[in-house]
Amino acid sequence: MSDKKLILSVRDVKVHFKVKGGNDWPWTPKKTLKAVDGVSFDLYEGETLGVVGESGCGKSTLARSILNLIPATAGEIVWMGRDLRQGTEKDWLAVRRDIQMIFQDPLASLNPRMTIAQIIGEPLRVHRPELSSDEVMKRVRAMMVKVGLREQMINRYPHEFSGGQCQRIGIARALILEPKLIICDEPVSALDVSIQAQIINLLKELQREMGLALIFIAHDLAVVKHISDRILVMYLGREMELAEKHALYDLPSHPYTRALLSAIPIPDPKLERSKQIQILQGDLPSPINPPSGCVFRTRCPLAEAQCAGERPALRRLSADTQSSCLLA
Amino acid sequence: MLFRSKQKAMAEAMAANLSMAAVEGRSPWADARERFLRNKAAVVSLILLVLVVLACVFGPMLLPHSYEDTDWDAMAMAPTWHNLHLFGTDDLGRDLLVRTLIGGRISLMVGLLATIASVTIGIVWGATAGFLGGKVDTVMMRIVDMMYAVPYLLIAILMVTLLGREFYLVVLTITVFSWMDMARVVRGQTLSVKSKEFVEAARAIGVSTGSIIFRHVVPNLLGIVVIYTTVTVPGVILTESVLSFLGLGVQEPMTSWGVLIEDGTGVMETTPWMLLFPAAMLSLTLYCANYIGDGMRDALDPKDR
Repeated sequence: MSDKKLILSVRDVKVHFKVKGGNDWPWTPKKTLKAVDGVSFDLYEGETLGVVGESGCGKSTLARSILNLIPATAGEIVWMGRDLRQGTEKDWLAVRRDIQMIFQDPLASLNPRMTIAQIIGEPLRVHRPELSSDEVMKRVRAMMVKVGLREQMINRYPHEFSGGQCQRIGIARALILEPKLIICDEPVSALDVSIQAQIINLLKELQREMGLALIFIAHDLAVVKHISDRILVMYLGREMELAEKHALYDLPSHPYTRALLSAIPIPDPKLERSKQIQILQGDLPSPINPPSGCVFRTRCPLAEAQCAGERPALRRLSADTQSSCLLA
Repeated sequence: MLFRSKQKAMAEAMAANLSMAAVEGRSPWADARERFLRNKAAVVSLILLVLVVLACVFGPMLLPHSYEDTDWDAMAMAPTWHNLHLFGTDDLGRDLLVRTLIGGRISLMVGLLATIASVTIGIVWGATAGFLGGKVDTVMMRIVDMMYAVPYLLIAILMVTLLGREFYLVVLTITVFSWMDMARVVRGQTLSVKSKEFVEAARAIGVSTGSIIFRHVVPNLLGIVVIYTTVTVPGVILTESVLSFLGLGVQEPMTSWGVLIEDGTGVMETTPWMLLFPAAMLSLTLYCANYIGDGMRDALDPKDR
């Protein structure tokens, strides 16, 4: 990895929310919901980092904190050598040119009262006000062709498109400023399987073409395996494992990763029937009151007494794998 | 043979045209207009309402009578062609048709002004509360709740007693007590639009807060504002009639539909046309406005898309 340029470095980021129970008195002290609790990772140029974990584990919150859509409460987010958390709104504006986002619900992420031309052209109008409207239109058309939309649709409105087409519009909007990093927040989970493959292949193609880095959030491990170079496994706002793709799929070090991987269906009925699915007992604990020590210990098949003690940090097991399991 | 090749060439040209031309998109507004025009009740109501408004505005100029002059030959006369008293006359010999139209002017004017005022206040109040959220929102919406609890007739009677019977007072009283619905609706809609992904997308792009409000949030509020405006108009006209009926409206000889109906009820056993015509005009207007409001809601409701 050393030959590639480090572009984003996230250090011990925490996103905590103050929450109040519905029945609380006004003077009851508010509780803290730890949506993201100390996550660190590095991202290199042109690389894809997959982020997986079950619903509510803080994947989306982590993504939004990188863009300051939900401000992080602690930690460092270093983009190109600058700590963004110290930055002013003006610094953020400059950064937003380089980091763009693709959203989960393709239709909801497009303003229903704007045409496709206005939607895709909006980033240009914000960041490149010196461009003439003809120039903007030219770039919008070029970008539409690039993401596989017909140019004739330029004056249409979002509700006239299918989900897959809407996601292509979202991708075009994210790409038009030629950013260095795109954060994809479950970009395909709302789409049909055949369309998912189209969108993912489009993203891979564009990534190769434009040298983009991607942070790809998903809860579908097969999708993540297809697109990622490295994978970060999250559970209850914490990192469980961060590993190169092949290391993670071939030799998962963390019991949570193993449980996730055992749930992937195998497209072969014989193997699928003989496969052992490791079902996790119980529910996700509350992020308001997480278990002490390793947050996964309440559902871990291997948990021992020491797991309840100190909170395990991510440690390097091999060149390709970092894991937070004490027993690994 | 020649004909066939010509036909083929034409078909090809058409196909080329179809694929080359940028397809003009249909905006949500165009869709809504089409849906509205398909709604027969709403379209008929719209035509009728326009006719009522035109009659009220221009009718009195075209008729030979004035709303305050007495026709000594025709006191409490039933509808007749004599002297062109088409709606008859009241017990002072004043032409009822002209009085109904003049009264319509006042009622529609009150309806229009009070609606504009209350819609404006409601939008500003609701949007502010929705945007800022938190404590500001709580305080502003509790004020709305308090306004609902105030008995408006009592306040209206007090205001008229203290300040006299004036046109602007009627508008003011109605406005003060009719903006809360709009504020609540707009606040709710603002909250829901604010949390939509496209607003988040705009923030991720770096669009300024002002642009987010005017380019992303407000256009998505307009549908519901239009709907509620059309529902507010009949409510306001009705409130004006109630105030006039209780003698809190405009002063004689000026009149409004509420005043005419009040006068008519007193003599409905002897001269029923004095009640029937103004009441019919008021009912017609209210029905029309309600049907238009219904049509607007069906046409603009986002759930229908």
